[in-house]
Formats: sequence, structure tokens, C-alpha cells
Amino acid sequence: MSAHGLDRREFLGVLGGGIVVFVSLGPSSLDGQQPRLRYPEDLNAYLRIDEKGRVWIFSGKIEMGQGVMTSQAQMAAEELGVPLSSIEMVLGDTDQCPWDMGTFGSMTTRMFGPALRAAAAEGRAVLTGLASKKLGVSPDALVVENGVVYVRADRSKKVSYAQLAQGKKISRLVDGKAVLRATRDFTVMGQSPKRMDARAKVTGHAEYAGDVRLPGMLYARILRPRAHGATLTSVDVSAARALPGVTVVQQDDLVAVLHADPEAAGRALMDIKAEWQTPPAAVDQDSIFDYLVQRAPAPAVRLMKGDPTAARAAAARVFESTYRSGYRAHAPMEPHTAVAEMKDGRMTVWASTQTPFPARDAIARALGLPATDVRVITPFVGGGFGGKSSGRQALEAARLARITGKPVQVAWTRGEEFFYDAFDPASEVKLASAVDASGRIVLWDYQVYCAGDRGTELFYDIPSAAIRTYGSWGGGAGANGHLFAVGAWRAPGANTNVFAAESQVDIMAAAAGIDPLEFRLRNTSDARMRRVLQAAAGAFGWKAAPGPSGAGRGVACGIDAGSYVALMAEVAVDRKTGHVQVKRVVAAQDMGTIVNPDGARMQMEGCVTMGLGYVFSEEVRFHGGEILDRNFGTYHLPRFSWVPRIETVLVKNDEVAPQGGGEPTIVPMGAVVANAIFDATGARLYRLPMTPERVLAALPPKA
Amino acid sequence: MSAIAFRLNGRPVTVEAGGGRMLLWVLRTDFSLTGSKYGCGSSLCGACTVVVDGEAVRSCELPLESVQGKDVTTIEGLEHGGRLHPLQQAFIDHGALQCGYCTPGMLMSAYALLKKRPGLGREAIAQAMEDHLCRCGAHGRILDAIAEVSAKGGRP
Repeated sequence: MSAHGLDRREFLGVLGGGIVVFVSLGPSSLDGQQPRLRYPEDLNAYLRIDEKGRVWIFSGKIEMGQGVMTSQAQMAAEELGVPLSSIEMVLGDTDQCPWDMGTFGSMTTRMFGPALRAAAAEGRAVLTGLASKKLGVSPDALVVENGVVYVRADRSKKVSYAQLAQGKKISRLVDGKAVLRATRDFTVMGQSPKRMDARAKVTGHAEYAGDVRLPGMLYARILRPRAHGATLTSVDVSAARALPGVTVVQQDDLVAVLHADPEAAGRALMDIKAEWQTPPAAVDQDSIFDYLVQRAPAPAVRLMKGDPTAARAAAARVFESTYRSGYRAHAPMEPHTAVAEMKDGRMTVWASTQTPFPARDAIARALGLPATDVRVITPFVGGGFGGKSSGRQALEAARLARITGKPVQVAWTRGEEFFYDAFDPASEVKLASAVDASGRIVLWDYQVYCAGDRGTELFYDIPSAAIRTYGSWGGGAGANGHLFAVGAWRAPGANTNVFAAESQVDIMAAAAGIDPLEFRLRNTSDARMRRVLQAAAGAFGWKAAPGPSGAGRGVACGIDAGSYVALMAEVAVDRKTGHVQVKRVVAAQDMGTIVNPDGARMQMEGCVTMGLGYVFSEEVRFHGGEILDRNFGTYHLPRFSWVPRIETVLVKNDEVAPQGGGEPTIVPMGAVVANAIFDATGARLYRLPMTPERVLAALPPKA
Repeated sequence: MSAIAFRLNGRPVTVEAGGGRMLLWVLRTDFSLTGSKYGCGSSLCGACTVVVDGEAVRSCELPLESVQGKDVTTIEGLEHGGRLHPLQQAFIDHGALQCGYCTPGMLMSAYALLKKRPGLGREAIAQAMEDHLCRCGAHGRILDAIAEVSAKGGRP
């Protein structure tokens, strides 16, 4: 047994015959995921070629819509030389898959991808070696196509992977030195096959955690506080206990009712009488910003170059702005759900989670079980966006399954989902900047509270700059003064930071009387950024004019997860109602080598569409620890009528390994719309979301 | 207890049930038809949409008694003999889904919509689908998929 899972021998015992290839690239390859933890396993990725020639890929990553089931299969198929249809994916099962910190940060393709490709490339080398012996020619004389190894000079001499794997039980731990296929030779990567999960999802057969059905399973409903910070002063479960078929659990902080019928469990919960003591509310969604700034921890200096003090003193005019973003909910369509079963001393939990391995470890710790006695299986996840990283519901289900001795489902209601969501934190940016007479930015003094440094990376050539971050986006309830948990929300912190930075750049461009695209190009020598800006301009048909031009178009750009992105948008502003309609968005992205172009476009379109929510409506209202928005009736997600014409431009860059694709396009959404509203009306918005009321308030009085 | 009889995906079924049960939970619990999803419990998101006598309805707030004698179609009933409905195929072809959780509801609404109003254009489809939520942002492709089927007349 290794510290965190089954060892390799045990894996092989489970797997049966065939050829198994492990790859160990060392801990460094996963450093980007979690610097606090030493990588605990001796393998990063592995795959198995079974005796029928099927290729099994085991990955700790999970599929929550981002399309990695398909893109990982493509990477493996490419390197192995097999058709995509011969790949079987096993995702997010802690018994079967190599350890993984979690699926977040647009890291599947850039961090796990290289390990997977290396394993597959080694697999091809192993199989070619076996074929060489079998066919009696040197490996150099062989060629692999669709899972068959041919003698190049005489294609009648051949042997299939299935034949090679027949009767074998070979495991190879390799060092990741096999040569990866060159981009120009790609036949599976760089293509856009249909999603491998599509058929299951259109037929209703795709299994999510809440769809798991076990004999004798009970549905649990848990007593919840009215507000964060509230304490339970009295509870009376006698009425609930008297109901037929109801099991009541009371253990420490956990009060729950369980029933074989989910609705009966829900009714039983209503019969629990509970009194709570709620601390007085000190703050709400409007007063939170000053509250957080006052409680901010000391800053971390992320950048200090040149002499910002001198630059400020020398500037003819300093632009000082404060930008604010409210709390945002993840609101995945599938609320947190888990099913747990204790059987033969082992706990198995099916959970909607982005972090199956940390969830397993948390369950083991809480239940006092060795990690090897806990298995977390991740079925399809119905959206995550960073919000399914805590695993609280999995822990609740596991506790209840152990207490009752029965399989238990915990499925949060939408209200519970809003209550326990780790929101994208309310955050504030204070920015001072200056521009010289030639239109060059000479000062950048950037201070951000509660959003961290993602999205603050400076790609403009500014001689004097300071970047300071006060706290970051993460932490449990109470972190950095927040009254409830906050956490990663699609491109954490970057939406706030890029909104501020790219609005500020626009302000300076307008003050300098320079077209905002020209202003950006004048101030950056970063070749990748210039390329995406120019690509967006070409597709958009950008006509140079200083803002506000009245046309209602905007530009904004950013770097995220190793990818460069430039957006251009066209808006129409209703001056009577403050309603803004985005008519068109062009998104140009350089994400290095592209594994699946259509998959990349889907993510970019999703980013634009989801981004409209935080741009226009999404802000969690609260009164102290009481969350006021608990369903979609008041917390408004983007709808069909909001969606603009979206054009995506994939800027080719095969010089760079594949980079992140799930998040980058969302980060400039705030600024591109704010800049377009300014271009349309001359009104500058400093707070997200840009609700109709805030747009109206910002509009200049009619002449 | 009373017996509620209805047709479910073409087959007659009977449920012995006390009052106060909603169709969604009967489908998911009694019939293990888990394609219809819980998303909000308040008819706000559309993930639980099924078709009752040709109308798309939100099953999370639909009392079981109200389907007595009616014809209920769920996502599991859209496919016939392993052959996908054109809408299902169009969703695959257009990549009109990501996490897939809203997909069954979207499909059932689109199915009822095109049966009632064949040939509907993209704009009108968008209006009709307005109260369906998708968090992944697949909206544009969902409309493309439905509009394509609508233009072809709904059936192959």
C-alpha cells in the first residue's frame, strides 16, 4: 500500500491481462497544481491496452462539461496510433485512477496532458518493440496505423495491438522520454470529433451522482441554519421521528431526516422545530467593500519596477479609479449531490465533485478510516466552474451512510446550493495610472483586495509599475473578513482584475484621444498579445476612432492559463431603461497547440455567454450571514435572449504546447462590455454587475 | 393511497401513491427514469421538463394526480428502437451541450415546441426557450440545433 492509494501491483491485479504503461514524470510536472503538497504517487498517468485491443485511459480528471473526456482520449489516441473509437475513458475514480489534485485552473490539458501523452507515446514504443520481435524487423522499419503495426516496406506483414496484448501481462514504468508526435503529423489531435459524452447526454442515460440507485437507499435532508454564523439553540425532532418510515439522525452538528422517498424526507424536515441564534447583521452587498478593505491583510508585492512615486509626481494627470465586483454564485445546473454506501468495511461515495482525491482524503479523515478504505467515484458532473471543490455534500452522505448503515443520498436543494456555495468574493481594485503626451503609459499603480493576482500580469510596456494584492479569492467562512465561504470561480480573481485593468486602459486611451485598439498596440510589444488583438480586429472589422465614438464597440484583452485572448464587442444601450444588449462578440484566442478546435470554440462561446451573467446581473445579495438570493427567480443567469452573435477566432500557435481553454475568454468580458457602453454613451461603469440601474445612474445628463 | 394511471413513454403504468407527490420524483424514484433532472424545484430552470399530452411542463411542481389518464413522455422516450430523434442527433452534431444537465429539459421543450409549431425560425425558438437555463453557455448551439431540425420539418 502506498500512502494515498493502491500500489501498482494491486492495480495490475484489478486490471487483468494486457499491457499497462505507467509514466512517472516526477513531482515537478504537477507542481503547478498544488505547491503545498508533495506529489504522493509514483505515477502521473497510465493506460492499458487490453487483449481485445481496447485502450483504457485512467485519469483523475473529471468531466463537468468542459470536454476533457474527449480531448484526453484524442491525446492518447494520437500518441498511441489508435482510432478514437478504441478508447475507453475512466475518470475521477480514486480506486482506479492516478492521484490528481482536482479539475480546475484550466490545467487538464496543460498539466495532465503532457503526462498522458508521454504514457501513450511510451505505449506505442512498447508495442512497436513487441511487434519488432514478432515480425523480425527492427522497430525503425515499422509504422503504426489505427492500432496495427505494419512493416513499412511490406504492409502484408503486420500485427495488431490486440494480437500483441494477447496473453500478455506486461507493466512498464517509463520515464516520459518517448518522443511525442509532431504537430504536423497529427491525425487525431487538432481534429474536432463529436463529444464522446454526447450520446449519453442527449438520451438521458448519462449518469450524474443523483442518478445512482442502490438497493435500500435513503434520501437525506439536513437541518440548515437560517444564516451563516447562526448557532442552534434548541431542536425538537419528536414530530419528525413519529412519521412512518423516517429515520432521524442527530450527531454533533448533524441533524438529518432520512426516508426512502425524497419528498417524504423533505416533509419530515419541515416537522423539525429548531431555534437559531443569529448574530446581528453588520454588512450587506453595498457596504461590504469598505468593510473588506478595512479588514484586509497586509499586501503582497507582486511587482515593483521603475519608480512609481516619481512617475506619479511627474505625471501631468493621474487617473485614479476604484473598481468593484460583487459576490458571484457558481450556480451549476446540478446542485451538489452525493450517494454513499458503507460495505464490507469500505466506504464508497459517488459525488459531484471537481476534487475526487481530496474529497476521499477528507472523508477518510472525518470518519477515521484509512484512505485506502474510501473510494470516491465521480460520475458526470453537471457543471462546476470552481464551485464543486469543497466536497461538503460527499462528507455529509458518508457520515449518514455510516451512522444509518444504509446507502444514503444527499442532494442539495437549490436553496442549499446558494447557501453553501463558496462565492467568487466581493473584491475591489484601486488603480492609479498615467499616460505621457505620446500616448505611452508611464505609471501603473495597482492594488487589489480579495481577488489575488490572477489576471494582473502586466503585458503593457510600462516603465514604472507596482502591483500589490491584499488577500486573495480563497478561504473558508471568515477568511479576509468574508461572512461566508469564498473560493475559485471560473478564472478566479481574473474577472475582477481584467475588468479593472482593461477599463483603466480604455479610460487613458479616451483621455489621450487615441483609438483604444491603437492605444493598446502602442503600449505592448508582446507578440502574442499583438497577434490576438489584430486577429480580433480583422474579424470584427474594427474601424479606428477615439472613444466615445457613439458606435458602441469595445475592446479588451488578457492573459489567462497560458492563453492570450482579445475580445471585441458591440452593444446597444437603451437610455431610458439602462438595458444593454450585446449584439456581437468576437473572441480571438491563442492557446498554443489546439487539441480539439470545436471543443475550444465551445469553451470560448460558453465563456462569453456565462460572462454576460457577471457583467449584467449576477451579484449575491445578503444581509449579514443571511443569503437573500436562493434561487433563479432573483439571481438571474444569462438567457437565450441575452446571447449575442459570437464569432471565435483560433489564432494558430503550434510553437507553444497546449494551454488552458476553459477560462481565458471569460476574463475580459467585464471590460469589453464596459468599454463598449462607454463608446456608446460616454458613461463609465466601475462596478460589476452593470445592472440597468447602475447604467442609468452612470449615463451623462441629457444636454 | 390512490392509484394514478397514465401512459409513460407509450406504456400504461399505475402508481399507488399518497397525496402531495410531484411527477419528477415519481419518475426518478419509482421508475428510475433519471434523465429528468432536479435543478431548482420551482419551475424556474427547466431541467425537469417532460411532455404531457403534447405540452412541455415542469415536472418538479406537477402533482402526480394531474397526469391521471394522460400521456407522459420523458427524455428516455424520445429515442425509438435505438434510433435517436432528429433533435437528439442535431444536439450531438452541433455540440449543443456541455455538462449535459439541462439537456434533457431543453430537448423535451424543443420536441413539444416543434410538434406544435413546426417550421419555427431561430428567433421565435429563442423566445420560446427563454425560460430554460443553461449555465455552460451552450445557448447559441442549442438554437442552431433546434432551428436546423425545425427547418427540416421536425422529422427525418
